[in-house]
Amino acid sequence: MLLSLAQSALPIGISGIDKRFGAVSILSDLSLDVAAGEFLTLLGPSGSGKTTLLMILAGFVRANAGSIKVGGEEIITMPPHKRNIGMVFQNYALFPHMNVFHNIAFPLKQRRVSTAETAERVERALDLVQLKGLGERRVDQLSGGQRQRVALARAIVFEPRIVLMDEPLSALDKSLREHMQIELRNLHRRLGMTTVYVTHDQREAITMSDRVAVMNAGRIEQIDQPEALYARPRTKFVAGFIGESNFIPVESRNGSVWYEDSKLRMTSAAPTAGRHLMVVRPEKLRLIAGEPIGDVNALPATVGEIIYQGDSFLCYATLKDGRQLTLRDYCRPDVLAKLPRPGEPITLGIDAQDVVLVADQ
Amino acid sequence: MSVASASLDHAGRPDAALNTDALRADARREARGLLALLSPGLVLVFAVIIVPIGWLFWLSLFDESGELSAANYARFFEQASYIKTFVTTFKVAFTVTGACVLLGYPLAYMLSQLPRRAVSICLIFVILPFWTSVLVRTYAWLVILQRKGLVNTWLMDLGVIGQPLPLANNFASVVIGMTHIMLPFLVLPLYASMRTIDVDCLRAGMNLGASPAATFRQIFFPLSLPGLASGVVIVFVLCLGFFVTPALMGGGKVIMWAMRMEQTTSLYSNWGAGAALGVVLLAVTLALLGLFHRLLGARATGVWSER
Repeated sequence: MLLSLAQSALPIGISGIDKRFGAVSILSDLSLDVAAGEFLTLLGPSGSGKTTLLMILAGFVRANAGSIKVGGEEIITMPPHKRNIGMVFQNYALFPHMNVFHNIAFPLKQRRVSTAETAERVERALDLVQLKGLGERRVDQLSGGQRQRVALARAIVFEPRIVLMDEPLSALDKSLREHMQIELRNLHRRLGMTTVYVTHDQREAITMSDRVAVMNAGRIEQIDQPEALYARPRTKFVAGFIGESNFIPVESRNGSVWYEDSKLRMTSAAPTAGRHLMVVRPEKLRLIAGEPIGDVNALPATVGEIIYQGDSFLCYATLKDGRQLTLRDYCRPDVLAKLPRPGEPITLGIDAQDVVLVADQ
Repeated sequence: MSVASASLDHAGRPDAALNTDALRADARREARGLLALLSPGLVLVFAVIIVPIGWLFWLSLFDESGELSAANYARFFEQASYIKTFVTTFKVAFTVTGACVLLGYPLAYMLSQLPRRAVSICLIFVILPFWTSVLVRTYAWLVILQRKGLVNTWLMDLGVIGQPLPLANNFASVVIGMTHIMLPFLVLPLYASMRTIDVDCLRAGMNLGASPAATFRQIFFPLSLPGLASGVVIVFVLCLGFFVTPALMGGGKVIMWAMRMEQTTSLYSNWGAGAALGVVLLAVTLALLGLFHRLLGARATGVWSER
């Protein structure tokens, strides 16, 4: 084992970060606190500023304003080589003229660690990322997954206070990527380093993180635990970016919420008066035969196409106002037996507790 | 089943034998076609490279009276002036290559760090002299460096020196003139290879605790070596056979290999001796290229321990 990083993990306090390239604003007044030992993911589409924020944290990009404190110490003007922050690059950025051993030993060499200790720590790091015995390999002799592991070993071998990862798995194929997600998460649990992870893959973010910060157009839209983010998105962007969503326009008036002429049953309080959107996940929509029972909102609709997807099926349905909704359910025999045919009128049900409203923008 | 029937032919043989003869014939046909397409190029290479070099070699084997002899090669060991020319040629080539590296490496490094648009402007200034005649540039240097040239006139007018400095017609002037002409040959391949160095590798170096200077020394410089090696080889080999600039700037005092060849053939009409000089230069150049390849090629592409 490497020395446990848990005691040395430090919190990061990011506040008021502004970054412009010429007239274009990349980040505006961005603030974010990362707890010591936390695995926090910056999730967003390309151009949302997530990579720029990571570059500012690492010191490769200079912000126009703001503060970054690591364990209370201001590092915003500190040069990158003094920050003591490990980073895994998207393309790994392994040094092609050095073998695996020298790549991993590089940060130790810069810190004047003795030869014997270097050998020992590189060995432990290789062991940790399951590359024992590959120290003498050339970088170009490694597979994508192995390069990924070398990059990881190199980023943690000097026991940095913080580890940054910039879409480290995006170059791997799907099955290896999913495997590495679990491995990275387990490694984080063992070592406990404060980790800031950047990805545009919402599933990856949900799988790995303690908390996810959803970024859009240089701002953080919502920062929450994965479950809360999925179940209770606070903006239309978050609802649309994480998982699939149906949006149904509703109106709040006189303390209740209305879809056309019917009052919505919901467990949360009605929002401020005006137009809103109801967010409904496809798997929260149900097909209802006969009268709805219990605390359920019923929407009359017409069945469109039904698409078989193996474990589940998708059912497109059209509401009376012409809006198309997507419903997803598992292919259980009882459900399949009662499946309507295209063109048939049906009733869609949404449980009152599943009603989530976001502002209509 | 269709799958089963597809893997057996009419006679019921396993599919390993299916159409093998036809496929083999098809492969032969393709090879013949490719050879036919290649033949104009092969003929050209034969006519303009193999034949002239063979002829040169053949000529070098005859002495002045037309007798087959090794006299042309024996001269290399017997005449001190040949050996002196040989040594001068290498001295000039080494010095010019060294000067090109000292001037060209910082220049290429600067170009590699500039934004693309600035680079295209700066590259024009590197390439522009490249398009100007070697003769014109050499005379320009003569105008600058000669006894009553720009430099001497200015320095004397300023009262810095009383007598004109011997700037032209010597070893130094040959090196100055040739360095000017050779510089783009070093800068262009070096710049191209520096551009391919991943900026993330340099970022990674700094991220892992190396200061900017250490990152340059331990990452950028080693990664630029292949480009430097190819630039050095081009410059060095071109220097070995260079004629115009040493002939004009040397003032007859710096005799290089190519000038000796010119004297032998045009002054003494000894084609055999001239050809022998050409053969030796070619052989030495090839040997050097092989040596460079073994030293730098392996080093640039392989892994080497830093300790």
